[in-house]
Amino acid sequence: MIKSGIRDSGFGIRVDVGGRKAEGGCRQPDWHPTAPIANLRKRAEILATIRAFFARRDVLEVETPLLSKAAVTDVHLDSIAADGGFLQTSPEFAMKRLLAAGAGDIYQLCKVFRAGEAGRHHNPEFTLLEWYRVGWDYHRLMAEVADLLAQVLGIETEPEYLSYREAFVRRLELDPFTAPPDALEAAAERAGLGGAGPLDRDGWLDLLAGGCVYPALGKDRLCFIYDFPVSQAALARVRQDEPPVAERFEVLFDGLELGNGFTELTDADEQRRRFEHDLAYRRKQGLAEPPIDRRFLAALEAGLPESAGVAVGVDRVVMLACRGERIGDVTAFTAENA
Amino acid sequence: MATYSTNEFKGGLKIMLDGDPYTIVENEFVKPGKGQAFNRVKVRNLKTDRVIDRTFKSGETVDSADVVETEMQYLYSDGEFWHFMKPDTFEQFAAGPAAVEGAVQWLKPEDMCNVILWNGDPLSVEAPNFVVLQITETDPGVRGDTSGGGGKPATLETGAVVRVPLFVDQGEMIKVDTRTATYVARAKE
Repeated sequence: MIKSGIRDSGFGIRVDVGGRKAEGGCRQPDWHPTAPIANLRKRAEILATIRAFFARRDVLEVETPLLSKAAVTDVHLDSIAADGGFLQTSPEFAMKRLLAAGAGDIYQLCKVFRAGEAGRHHNPEFTLLEWYRVGWDYHRLMAEVADLLAQVLGIETEPEYLSYREAFVRRLELDPFTAPPDALEAAAERAGLGGAGPLDRDGWLDLLAGGCVYPALGKDRLCFIYDFPVSQAALARVRQDEPPVAERFEVLFDGLELGNGFTELTDADEQRRRFEHDLAYRRKQGLAEPPIDRRFLAALEAGLPESAGVAVGVDRVVMLACRGERIGDVTAFTAENA
Repeated sequence: MATYSTNEFKGGLKIMLDGDPYTIVENEFVKPGKGQAFNRVKVRNLKTDRVIDRTFKSGETVDSADVVETEMQYLYSDGEFWHFMKPDTFEQFAAGPAAVEGAVQWLKPEDMCNVILWNGDPLSVEAPNFVVLQITETDPGVRGDTSGGGGKPATLETGAVVRVPLFVDQGEMIKVDTRTATYVARAKE
């Protein structure tokens, strides 16, 4: 059954999306944009706001290749192979080579590609805003992320800051650093997330975060989650607390993850170990084993300045600004009708 | 048996779970930016109609359910089974009371309806959204009362009972919305 595709675009314009397809008979492919033109105008405004924000703060706009010979090894990110190389899942490695070369504070607005990620809040190709601040740590960067998003989304309430542990304890009354996997599984079952097992610790934590902990956070204000388990450090620096934590943060609004940042790992040996650890995991799971970015490692060896960096999903930000319900509401076309 | 990967999930897809056929009602892809991906789905059990939540690791596969929806003609009931026929092949199918529940009260012989087959057996029968049936019994009509207020029960030729306006008479044909079991209008046959 086809639901009448009428819904409010958030700009007082009634948009008929699904209904068009419902008209049977003539089988012309649907060529229409998925977003109302008003939302594309809003997108353009937001991009201009972002560029003005960084121009005022003297952060340099850069462009790096979207197609590279190497690819991310992250076990939960899959790159799309193209022309003997890989479309990048983020411009991180190339931008850090610029940092090592003395570029100073830099930002980039670009498309990135992640194989297989499609849904209401995902599209395999999406727009990322990524920036780096030399000499900053992740706390200082969180404050800047809050400034930018408050401006773009018109948020007046102060953001909330919660450690990863506090967020889990509040919602589930369990400590994500120490709870055994079966306690995590039981919590998932109680939260209506049953049937997903068997998973490892991080798998249960991801499921609980995305399905239960995060959706309740950031009601009408930004919420920063910081200090992640070391097993989820990605490219963040680890601080030797008891237990050790990764200096990583995520920013949410209305339960939706908008961005992820770190105090950047600058140790080349540690970075190489993490890459190899990822690849070993990928081999065990029968996943693709992409080539490690050796030029990135060489840049780390030459010396990456102490810095903090963050990547923000621009489509999701625009979606919130337009009060859209899905990414397709604010992109001209989605992967489905590209 | 065919299988579906979670990235083929979409509303309406028929899959097997715990030995029962289900249809996907809603599918949501959830993935923390740096974490593992999952598909959270709402599925409806085609035998019991119950809707449940299930979570899958993205990339997992599930068996497809051999469920097809076919338009058939209702033939007759022998009291135990209700018999339907595919008009193109004349192939006949017998449906039990659980499968026809909710539908048979609107069907009279020769009517067309949707029959959902699972592994070749009728799983459920859906009456058309609108049917035209004759009133076999109701209180006498009140001429001139077209206010629509009040109303009275009327028994239809299939045995179903619906409320009709006071001005409608025994022997008349009426159009009924089977989804809400309500009178829509008088009908000319």
